[in-house]
Amino acid sequence: MPDERRYGRGAFLVLLGGGASAFLWASKVSGVLSPFTSSVSQLFGNLFPVGGWRIYTISGSMPIFDERAWRLDVVGLVGKPRSFTYQELAALPRTHEIRTFHCVTGWTVHNVRWSGVRLSDLLDLVEPQASAKAVRFTSLEQPYNDSLTLEQARLHDVMLALEMDGRPLSRPHGSPVRVVIPEMYGYKGVKWLTKIELLDSQPIGYWEGLGYDQDAWVGRSNGYHSA
Amino acid sequence: MATTPRSRNRLARWTRTERAVHWVHATAFCILLGSGLCLYLPSLAEIVGRRPLLKHIHLYTALAWAIALLLIVAVGDRRALLRTAREVDRLAVEGRMNRRQKLNIIVTAAFAILFAVSGFDLWYGERDTQFRFTNALLIHDWLMYIAFFIFVGHLYYALILPSTRHALSGMTRGWVREDWAQKRHPAWVEELRATNEKGSDL
Repeated sequence: MPDERRYGRGAFLVLLGGGASAFLWASKVSGVLSPFTSSVSQLFGNLFPVGGWRIYTISGSMPIFDERAWRLDVVGLVGKPRSFTYQELAALPRTHEIRTFHCVTGWTVHNVRWSGVRLSDLLDLVEPQASAKAVRFTSLEQPYNDSLTLEQARLHDVMLALEMDGRPLSRPHGSPVRVVIPEMYGYKGVKWLTKIELLDSQPIGYWEGLGYDQDAWVGRSNGYHSA
Repeated sequence: MATTPRSRNRLARWTRTERAVHWVHATAFCILLGSGLCLYLPSLAEIVGRRPLLKHIHLYTALAWAIALLLIVAVGDRRALLRTAREVDRLAVEGRMNRRQKLNIIVTAAFAILFAVSGFDLWYGERDTQFRFTNALLIHDWLMYIAFFIFVGHLYYALILPSTRHALSGMTRGWVREDWAQKRHPAWVEELRATNEKGSDL
């Protein structure tokens, strides 16, 4: 005699309920699994984003770095505007950081090894004027830009990264140079950087125009409250 | 090795409405998987680029999928769908479908809803960041990983494994050979015969 009982609806509801309940616990589980998943991710390079990076672009495709054409212009309210070639930028003194990268959409990558030029050192070279209050970063990817107050830009761990995990920055990660602000969510860290401007007030950047917070402190902005 | 003669008898397996549901879902799944992976995998995203276009494809495919399913329910053979649902509900009974097939339908239906809910939140959360749940992204990802493996298994049974792949005929033409059904779904054939003896058509 076959078992005529209606297990089907039960199975369906359990699956549905279990899946829906993940709205409460998914990130906790993801956090517990992340040491494992991020090592898997590193094993496969950038093939899988398991526990690793997700690449977001706002335009059709990622900018291509052409060393002959590329310049980093540092302009605006400065005493000595500069236009750096890649070689000139790469020749500046280096700083190194091992930091966790936080995306505002919830994923993180632990222990990213950054190497590059401390932004504060670069700003010293161009001699900001007294009226300069903010720094705007512009990407080769139009119309992406974002900004920091001059005070934030002077934080000792803010850098223009030329290398990630021991290798020159790859195209998906913003080659040749991206901004790294470890204390803030990733959308502030402009990739494919091509221009830095010093301004007398802080403008609204690309994502801020879409409702994200100007001060993107990790855990203290964009609706996050945990420390 | 002796081969059993192929019977000419055909057994109606899936109605047009059931097949329509299947193929609408299958087509949408493939487009959503393809466009979703191009948005999700860094290596593919780098090759394909065109992110805004892919986002549109992903979004409008999801919308078309939902509308198409509603239309099928509205104009299709609802009794056939209801009958199938009742069969699936009796999960332990091996009839027209075996237990794994029923489970596959249950998982697919539950996942469809979870995909839709988490996907809607990903879309809506971009418009109103107050309603952006971090976990929606993770749920959407995890569903994709699981659904992908189920999909691969489904394709293996439907296209490759010789003893089961004739089932595809049921989903394309609507019928299967009686001798195949006798082997794979004996209880179903028995059921049909019993109904037949009572005087109704197959």
